[in-house]
Amino acid sequence: MSTPVVQVCGLKKTFGRNEVLKNIDFSVNRGEVVCVIGASGSGKSTLLRCINLLEYPTGGQILFHGENVLEKGMNPAKYRARLGMVFQQFNLFSNMTVLENCVVGQVKVLGKERAEAEKTAVSFLQRVGMDQYVDAKPRQISGGQKQRVAIARALSMEPEAMLFDEPTSALDPEMVGEVLKVMRDLAESGLTMIIVTHEMAFAREVADRVVFMDDGVIAEEGPPEVIFGNPKLERTKMFLTRILSEK
Amino acid sequence: MWLLVGTRNTLLISITGTVVGFAIGLLVAVLRTIPKNPGDPLVKRGAMRFVNILLSVYIEVFRGTPMMVQGILVYYGLMEAFQIDLAPITAGILVVSINTGAYMAEIARGGIESIDRGQYEAAQSIGMNHTQTMLSVILPQAIRNILPATGNEFVINIKDTSVLSAIMVSELFFMTNSIKGAIYRTFEPFFITCVIYLILTFTVTRILRLIERRLDGPDSYEMRPITKEEKAEGGVEI
Repeated sequence: MSTPVVQVCGLKKTFGRNEVLKNIDFSVNRGEVVCVIGASGSGKSTLLRCINLLEYPTGGQILFHGENVLEKGMNPAKYRARLGMVFQQFNLFSNMTVLENCVVGQVKVLGKERAEAEKTAVSFLQRVGMDQYVDAKPRQISGGQKQRVAIARALSMEPEAMLFDEPTSALDPEMVGEVLKVMRDLAESGLTMIIVTHEMAFAREVADRVVFMDDGVIAEEGPPEVIFGNPKLERTKMFLTRILSEK
Repeated sequence: MWLLVGTRNTLLISITGTVVGFAIGLLVAVLRTIPKNPGDPLVKRGAMRFVNILLSVYIEVFRGTPMMVQGILVYYGLMEAFQIDLAPITAGILVVSINTGAYMAEIARGGIESIDRGQYEAAQSIGMNHTQTMLSVILPQAIRNILPATGNEFVINIKDTSVLSAIMVSELFFMTNSIKGAIYRTFEPFFITCVIYLILTFTVTRILRLIERRLDGPDSYEMRPITKEEKAEGGVEI
């Protein structure tokens, strides 16, 4: 078996006295789609943010293709460029057009020629159905469109894995569908994805593996049929009953 | 004629002072907002701390003392202590620039800190380092946001260059005073000067509004039609 793309060993993160992640072991293989579910405050987002070092872990290891990225001398910027991240709040660069958002990283970070970068950007914008909006500014498009551009921006860097941090939680209900559709298409294309989400039906459908987090630990993980159909733990059951009854 | 010379000098000092002050302010603010990582070596942390203290002192001293006093100290002080004989107008530009820099430093810091954290995080997530993040993402937005405050500083500078008459700079107020001495009338020359000041400040605020609008770009955007060939090339139907 090949080494996982990302492997997390004994990861700990504390904010002051608040222990958010307690000893997390977690890994993602190439081409795998992992959905992370759990209640608010269970540490899902923090885990994702630790993986690409937006939060610096308090302890443990993060291995990227078997190499520890927390070691001294590792360049966090270079490492982050190889992982794509999609945020709950989109975070498109508001001073740039849609196209520029997808071009700037390729030119500044990857050192690509502008023309080539634009071509790549347009092809990914096409993939998320936003190529008609290349000249628009983020303030001129809807939430769902922003999130699709944000996905295209991350894809334009041609990352080895994509991290999604509750990508549909800030969207109006009518716009959730268009974003999930793009993500479903990406999952089918064999992209490695880690998705933190509250969309249970979506997780059940696209995930190869579902991870349930509770109170800073991974309580249970397994194939979606097992986690959603026949979870072992009482707290997994309770969480699912609660969240599904809300819908 | 004298009024024209005065107007020209007032404009020269306030424009140069504001532009240089803006650059100083931006630089100081950028230095003061460099993130501090607990992992940094002790030497780097120490150096950053020292620079920060130095910059705070600069800001406090130049914001906390009157520009007229600064002008006299710089002009006569340099002459008496170091035998450096600056032209009054050079001393004037120097004082206005440094003074504006101190105010702009705080304005620019506010501008930088007002940019949403998400913008930094997004830039970092695509692999930008701090310098790239600042240059491509943060500063363009921060500069746009501090333009109105910069306009304020500009207007203040046009008016406050009048205190430089204390070091014999032949700006508008100084020249008007000279006219008063020559023709023994006060009201007329100062009324005209008043109008000139008003025209200057009004024009400057208009120009800055124009620049703001230019930076904001057009309110609408054109949809780019996709050609059939492009569609055939791929691109998933959404």
